[in-house]
Amino acid sequence: MTAHAGRRRRGGGEKQMVPEADFRSYYGRPVVREAVWGPDIPSYLFLGGLAGASSTLAAGAHLTGHEELARAAKAGAAGAISMSMMALVHDLGRPARFINMLRVLKVTSPMSVGTWILSGYTPMALMAAASAVTGKLPRTGLAATLAAAALGPAVASYTSVLLGDTAAPAWHDAHRELPFIFIGSASTAAGGLGMVAVRPEQAGQAARLAVLGATAEIIAKTLMMRRLGAAAEPYRQGQAGKLMDAADLLMAAGTTGAALGSRSRLAAPLAGTALMAASALTRFGIFAAGRASARDPKYTVRPQRERLQHGRDGT
Amino acid sequence: MDSAPAQTNRAHDEPGTTLLDNLGLDPAARAGYADHPPRMGFFTDTSVCIGCKACEVACKEWNAVPEDGLLLTGMSYDNTGDLSASTWRHVEFIEQTVPVGVDGGGEVRWLMASNVCKHCTEAACLDVCPTGALMRTEFGTVVVQDDICNGCGYCVSACPFGVIGRSETDGGAHKCTLCYDRLGDGLTPACAKACPTESIQFGPLDELRERAAQRVEDLHDAGRPEARLYGEDPADGIGGAGAMFLLLDDPEVYGLPPDPVVTTRDLPRMWRHAAVAACALVALVAVAAGRE
Repeated sequence: MTAHAGRRRRGGGEKQMVPEADFRSYYGRPVVREAVWGPDIPSYLFLGGLAGASSTLAAGAHLTGHEELARAAKAGAAGAISMSMMALVHDLGRPARFINMLRVLKVTSPMSVGTWILSGYTPMALMAAASAVTGKLPRTGLAATLAAAALGPAVASYTSVLLGDTAAPAWHDAHRELPFIFIGSASTAAGGLGMVAVRPEQAGQAARLAVLGATAEIIAKTLMMRRLGAAAEPYRQGQAGKLMDAADLLMAAGTTGAALGSRSRLAAPLAGTALMAASALTRFGIFAAGRASARDPKYTVRPQRERLQHGRDGT
Repeated sequence: MDSAPAQTNRAHDEPGTTLLDNLGLDPAARAGYADHPPRMGFFTDTSVCIGCKACEVACKEWNAVPEDGLLLTGMSYDNTGDLSASTWRHVEFIEQTVPVGVDGGGEVRWLMASNVCKHCTEAACLDVCPTGALMRTEFGTVVVQDDICNGCGYCVSACPFGVIGRSETDGGAHKCTLCYDRLGDGLTPACAKACPTESIQFGPLDELRERAAQRVEDLHDAGRPEARLYGEDPADGIGGAGAMFLLLDDPEVYGLPPDPVVTTRDLPRMWRHAAVAACALVALVAVAAGRE
């Protein structure tokens, strides 16, 4: 019984079912430090994606004359980005100094670039929503809608670079596919919100976006897992594995609901809710995987050992 | 590489290097210090460390780093645990059974090592800091400006050595400053000053590199083939460390990554992928909206 547990745990000198490459560590202590970020950050990843994709969806709906969906998506984007900003400030060690983010613009810091993207995007998203809800200043509203739609995809995708640009093995190793998982997840959430917020006959674009997003997300996730091979373990095990599995289940249910029941007053909002939840679970799962990979030194030491043996550029 | 003709066209450069390469080895110049003192650093020779922890104490005393718990870890004599916001020098104790003689018997050997911030040439913490709180000093070291840090914690996740931490008490990120305040007055950092065996050596990095190379050669001559340097090579994944080590076993035994690479080396590719993904999102919406 311990042999089984031993295989899943760190590969010390114990007898193992499957022999693993040797790796040594300092008392099993982590080499890199686990992210100090709390649940605010995966919440932000979800809400930021929801907002960014909603703004783009809103522009599409607006331009094709689907006022109801456009209004809901704009309001959703404004709400989500407002909550995002609160989560971001709340997670700081010194929230009162949030403004220090605007001292500099550094392309080497995804957080700096992201802050500036958000600084441009947030007022546009709020203006677009205000105009849509009140019906005032339609021209300004349209300009803001288009500006938010242009910046929204950046809001939804830059967060993948934020995670990729760290020493947490599961995040850094996934940096190629992570942007595509994130925009897929963002589209799933935005489409889901649209399906919840407006009548099914008005939510066609939202349902289609949700299905497209879910498909993109599944493809990107599959490619990532395949490319990472053994390094994908943190995404499969423990809390992260459970979250990722739950996300897959909900996404399958939500996608089926969106495809088959998009005309149903009951099925469409339910499917939308499932898709939003799936998007959130994906973000929390990826977040948990990165933390788990930082916590266990084997994910840091083993690939580096192999790299030393095979040369640094042999990715 | 050395024979690439395109690179030797630059008149005043050494063959095989570009101006940027030369600047790359001088982080202070790259950070904009036109006229600056030589790059300063540490050479921690663990072969003479006796595990007295004077460096830990001197560091805490000089830098007024707060006490962070008096707990027993069960890790030999190491009750400090790791480097963190409140530990800038960390003495490690490793007990190993090594074979002795020809009869297969073994005896315990102790490895002791004082770990510290590496003051990387390519510093991930500094790269990712969104406020500019982390900065390069004129000595080529990396320092957190406490009055600017807003505690975002990005540096914590970016450091390939797990050195920098965020304080639970004041919410800011903290790490070794290589005693920036003492350097400015021409003094030796507190840990090196307190070290009774000169295991921690401080000086201009060029000198330290020579001294380290000599020391490892001497140890090899003395029948210690396991001695090796860590962080001394400017061609490594962090452009070389400002604080290098002489180790007697693999780096991971000391909790050090065997081949650290600064995460920002992949950043251009990450931005490209994110840009393509952003365009893909627009395409998804266009498809969703266009099918009516």
